[in-house]
Amino acid sequence: MLDDFFIRALVAGVGLALVTGPLGCFVVWRRMAYFGDTMAHSALLGVALSLVMEINLMVGVFLVAALASLALILLERRRALSTDALLGILSHSTLALGLVMVAFMTWVRVDLMGFLFGDILAVSKTDIAIIYGGGAIVLALLVWLWRPLLAATVNPDIAQAEGLRPERSRLIFMLLMAAVIAIAMKLVGILLITALLIIPAAAARRFAGGPEIMAALAALIGAISVAGGLTASLQFDTPSGPSIVVAALVLFVLSLAPSPVLKTETSSAETKP
Amino acid sequence: MLEKSKPRAQPSSDTLVEMHNAGVNRGGRWLVRGVDLAVRRGEIVTLIGPNGSGKSTTARTAIGIIEPSEGHVHRAEGLTIGYVPQKVALDWTLPLSVERLMTLTAPASRSEITTALEAAGVAHLAGRQAAALSGGEFQRALLARAMLRKPDLLVLDEPVQGVDFTGEVALYELIRDIRDRTGCGILMISHDLHIVMADTDTVICLNGHVCCRGEPQSVMDSPEYRKLFGTRAAESLALYRHHHDHTHLADGRVRHADGTITAHCHKDDGHHHDHEAAETPANGGRDA
Repeated sequence: MLDDFFIRALVAGVGLALVTGPLGCFVVWRRMAYFGDTMAHSALLGVALSLVMEINLMVGVFLVAALASLALILLERRRALSTDALLGILSHSTLALGLVMVAFMTWVRVDLMGFLFGDILAVSKTDIAIIYGGGAIVLALLVWLWRPLLAATVNPDIAQAEGLRPERSRLIFMLLMAAVIAIAMKLVGILLITALLIIPAAAARRFAGGPEIMAALAALIGAISVAGGLTASLQFDTPSGPSIVVAALVLFVLSLAPSPVLKTETSSAETKP
Repeated sequence: MLEKSKPRAQPSSDTLVEMHNAGVNRGGRWLVRGVDLAVRRGEIVTLIGPNGSGKSTTARTAIGIIEPSEGHVHRAEGLTIGYVPQKVALDWTLPLSVERLMTLTAPASRSEITTALEAAGVAHLAGRQAAALSGGEFQRALLARAMLRKPDLLVLDEPVQGVDFTGEVALYELIRDIRDRTGCGILMISHDLHIVMADTDTVICLNGHVCCRGEPQSVMDSPEYRKLFGTRAAESLALYRHHHDHTHLADGRVRHADGTITAHCHKDDGHHHDHEAAETPANGGRDA
């Protein structure tokens, strides 16, 4: 079954969506969309450094994305610039550094487009194993971290006062994001990873009455986006990564549409005794 | 004196949290300095003071959200804290029902949740989205959440914000009731001293440092208190009108009435503080 490239792409994409959905909910709740973008952009610097040092690409990307988030935390503490501006600096300078470094490396052929936009149709069985293995670890850690991370998201002071160590939660959460970016880069590319984190979560908000439901729905919506996007990409011969994002966007727009069914759902929730 | 078999840092096992000469400095400015306070089991300690006087900073330092820049904070080992912060802003993107809010930091059974919500008078709101509640309803839900943890120490930062007057009285009754039933210690920040007075064991008045303190009764009996409360008892802000004999300078030093400048206030300075700043916010920075 996995011999067909389309099936492999589907299996890999759905596996990724199951992880980015729940993780993306926290990105949305914590208003870290731009932060996720910055970490993703730093991935290209990770690629360049891995090529120079001849280490595994995923390891290099993970390390650089993690370092970028640590750098941000440290810069934030100095309070010299707003987080917004710091993100802008980190995001674009890491991307530009990566591009410049790759250009210098004349001895390796680098498929830049592949890194920027991904190539989900080229995933191997090994990639699938990494996605499901790594994804399972990320999800397991997220489940373990769920209560302290959610408490820190709602109010860090409450979490701190009641012994849940919000700074530790934040740090682990950033490492999880770095891991997901490293895993996802090959599939959807550096420029589109954040979309898979944010759009399914945003589309799920309307239908969710609780955080756990929203996380599950985001995973589901992400999986549907992957299936829909890949099918459309095959049908219309469009690039696969962007097609998946467009499919997610369509689901998000649909979630905004007024619907009589939804209205009764929300009002019944409110009249519940 | 006999030595205890188990030496303990705190003088009494009933002491939940203690601060010794604690101060918090941010960017070279002392938010609050020289705070000594202790909250014991079953005791209600109320912090009062004008805006920017360091009430929240003091409470947050007491429970470990802020590390003191100087002095010491000691919390009893294994202390369970229930905290209601001054402001909890819920993001619309995070769906959170009142019921789910209850188990934010620790699991609880459904019956425990119902009991806590009933005690706070918001059991009928369990299924509602927390973000859609009114100010008073939300405060009650937060109080229910904090007491659900069966805390040793309950810390309430202005628990009656957004609550109308009758609701305020009911909420303070609820707070006293929690103390009476569970025997927890309560550290509370309040603007409404005229209401909490009867239930408070110790009042600490802050204005960047501890201005004055005492049991409400002894404070009430004192001529200074009568001077404070007698004429304008109806206005809670009138509480803060003491007489000023020293000014806190920008660098944290203190200029006294006779023109001398010292690094700290003197012990006996406190009672003569003028908290005019509370009534005229424009002057707030001068005193802080």
